[in-house]
Amino acid sequence: MLSSIIFIVILIAGIILFTRNVRKIIRNIKLGKPMPPADRKKERWLQMAQVALGQSKLVKRPVAGILHIFVYAGFIIINIEVLEILIDGIFGTHRVFAPLGGLYNFLIGSFEILALLVLVGCLIFLIRRNILRIRRFHQREMTSWPRSDANIILITEIILMSLFLVMNAADSILQHRGFSHYIQAGSFPVSSMIADMFNGLSNSSLVTIERICWWLHITGILIFLNYLPYSKHFHILISFPNTWYADLGPKGRFTNPEQVTHEVKLMLDPSAEPPENTGTPQRFGAKDVFDLSEKHLMDAYSCTECGRCTSVCPANVTGKLLSPRKIMMDTRDRLEEVGKNIDSNGQFKDDGKTLLYNYIKPEEVWACTTCNACVEACPVLINPLSIILEMRRYLVMEESAAPNELNGMFSRIENNGAPWQFPQADRLKWADEDYKNFNYEG
Amino acid sequence: MKVKTYPDFIAEGSNPDILFWVGCASSFDERAQKVTRAVAFLLEKAGVTFAVLGTEESCNGDPAKRAGNEFLYQLQAMSNIQVMNGYGVKKIVTACPHCFNTLKNEYPDMGGKYEVLHHSMLIQQLLNEGKLKVEGGKFLGKKIVYHDPCYLGRGNNVYEAPRDIIKALDANLSEMQRNRENGFCCGAGGAQIFKESEKGDKEINIERTEEALGAKPDYIAVSCPFCILMLTDGVKHFSKEKEVKVVDVAELLAASLKQ
Repeated sequence: MLSSIIFIVILIAGIILFTRNVRKIIRNIKLGKPMPPADRKKERWLQMAQVALGQSKLVKRPVAGILHIFVYAGFIIINIEVLEILIDGIFGTHRVFAPLGGLYNFLIGSFEILALLVLVGCLIFLIRRNILRIRRFHQREMTSWPRSDANIILITEIILMSLFLVMNAADSILQHRGFSHYIQAGSFPVSSMIADMFNGLSNSSLVTIERICWWLHITGILIFLNYLPYSKHFHILISFPNTWYADLGPKGRFTNPEQVTHEVKLMLDPSAEPPENTGTPQRFGAKDVFDLSEKHLMDAYSCTECGRCTSVCPANVTGKLLSPRKIMMDTRDRLEEVGKNIDSNGQFKDDGKTLLYNYIKPEEVWACTTCNACVEACPVLINPLSIILEMRRYLVMEESAAPNELNGMFSRIENNGAPWQFPQADRLKWADEDYKNFNYEG
Repeated sequence: MKVKTYPDFIAEGSNPDILFWVGCASSFDERAQKVTRAVAFLLEKAGVTFAVLGTEESCNGDPAKRAGNEFLYQLQAMSNIQVMNGYGVKKIVTACPHCFNTLKNEYPDMGGKYEVLHHSMLIQQLLNEGKLKVEGGKFLGKKIVYHDPCYLGRGNNVYEAPRDIIKALDANLSEMQRNRENGFCCGAGGAQIFKESEKGDKEINIERTEEALGAKPDYIAVSCPFCILMLTDGVKHFSKEKEVKVVDVAELLAASLKQ
C-alpha cells in the first residue's frame, strides 16, 4: 500500500516535470516564424514512417545504423514491459500480465534478448566514442558537454538494461523456489545466464535485490525521461514530427520569400498594391533565432550531434571553419539561452547577443557551397543549409555585408546580366564557331 | 553560324520544339562554349528545333540567390519570366544544372511554369527514341569516371541520365567512392566560384580531383560547366592535363555520333 503511494507520487512528479519541460521546448520552437499549413499529408506520413520509424537513412552507414536499430527497437519494445511495471507499481501487483501465459513468456524472453542487444549496442557505441575515438565525435564543436551528454545517455541505458536483467535473474530464482508471490511466469534466456551468481543467496536477499532493481529501473526511466529535454537525446521523440514536417524536396529548391516578392513588385511597378500592414516589419533573413522558422528550431532540437553532416561537408572536410552540426548545436544553444531569458524575465529581454555573430561567425556562413551533402546525410531530415542561407540573406539584404567579390558579382548581374564581366550583346558568341559540324577536341 | 532566336521563329511564323536556355558560363566561358556547341549539335542531329533567347537571356539569378541576395534573384527571375512568358515558352532545356534547378524548381513560384530538362535528360530521351545513334569506337576501352554535379544529383535526383549517355559509348564507366547521393562537391556552388574560399587546409576542387584521379581515368565526365572549370583546374594542379581530360557528357556523345 505504502509502496503504491510512493510509486504514484514519484510517477506523477516525473510526468509533471517532463510535461513542463516539453512545453518549454514547444514554446521555444514557437518563437520561430510559423510554418505554412502542411500540404501533401500522405507523403509526409510515408516520409515519417520510412525515415523515423523505419530508420532508412541510418543504415546508410551499416555499422552504426544496425547498432542504432538494436538500441532503438529495444527501447521501443521494452516499453511494453514498462507498462507492466507501471500497473504493478500502482496496484501493488506482481507481473500482472503473467496470465497471458505463453505469450507472456515470449514477450519477456524477447525483451531480455533486446535488452542484451541494447546493452551490447551501447557498449560498442561507448567504445567507438571513447576508445576508437571516431573523428566525427571529437571535432571542434564536440566540447566537453556534448561528449559527456553522449556518454551519460549510453551509460544510463546500460545501467537500465542491467537492472532489468538482474531483476529478472533474482525473480526467476524466487520463482524456481516457489517463494511467496513469485509465480512461475516469463522466460529468461539472458538473465538465466547470470542467475548462477545469485543462487547461493537467501530468499530475503533475493527479494531485496529484485525490489531494488525494480525500483531503480522505473525511477531510472523517469529520471532519464526528465533528462531528455536537457539533452541531445530528445531526438528520440522529436525526430518523428521533424521528419513529418521536413521538406518533401527536391533539395535543390530554395524558398522564395514572399516578403521580398512584395518589395520587388513595388520596385518594378510603383502602382502595385503594397502588402497589408502586418505590424512590425520583418527582418530579411535571419540574425537571431526569432528570425528562423519553427521548422529550423525544431531541427535544432532534433539534432543528436552524430556529425554525419559535418563528415561529408566539403567545406569542413577541407579544413574550413564551417560545420553544419555546429550550426544546429549553436541554434539550439542560443534558443535555450533565449528560453531561460524568457523564464526569468517573463518575456525576452535584450541580452545584446544574437545567433549570428555571438554563436555563428559570418566566415562559417560564407564557406558553404550549398551542395546539400549535409541535408542528404542527416538521418532525421534536418536542414542546416536552410539556416545558413537565411543568415546569408540577413548579411546581404540587411547589412550589405557580403564578401567584396560577391558584391562585385551582384553588380555585374545587375549591370550586364551575368555574374562575369561580359556584355550581354556577346551572349551568342558561342555560335560564331560552326556548331553544326561539331569538332571534338578532347 | 546563325543560331535562331525566338524572334527568328516568330518572323518565320513557326514555333521551336524547345527553348535552349544556354546560361552564363555556357555563353561566355571559352571552355564551356564548346559544350554549348556540342549540345546544340546534338539537338540539330536529332532534329529538335530549338530557339535561344540570345541577348534577351540574362542570369537566372542562382548565384545571387545562393549568396543571399534574394532581391537581385527575384528581379532577375521576374524579368526572365516576363521574356519567356512573352514568347509563350513551354519547354526548356538548359546546359547547366544551376539554371536547370532554378528554372525548374524556383521559377514556378514567381509565375514561370515550364517543363524544364537538363541537357543530359533530353539527350538520354533522344538516345532512347533512337533519334541519336552512336557509332562505337571512339572511346573504346577508355575509362571514364563520372562526377555528379550537386544541383543535378542531390539537388534533383538526376543520377542515371548522364551515366546512361556514357554507357551508350563503348567506354568503361567507373565510379568514385563518393558518387550519386554521396557525391562530393567540386567547390563552385553557392556562389563560391565567384570568391576566394575561406581559410582552410585544402581547396575543395583539389580534394575532389584527387579522388577522381585515383580512379585512373582517361576522362573525368561531368554535366555542369562549373564542375568543368573547377575540375580542370584541379587536373592542372596535379599536372595531369595531358593524360586526363575533363569533359561534358554531351561532348563525349557528340564525338561518337553516327554521321
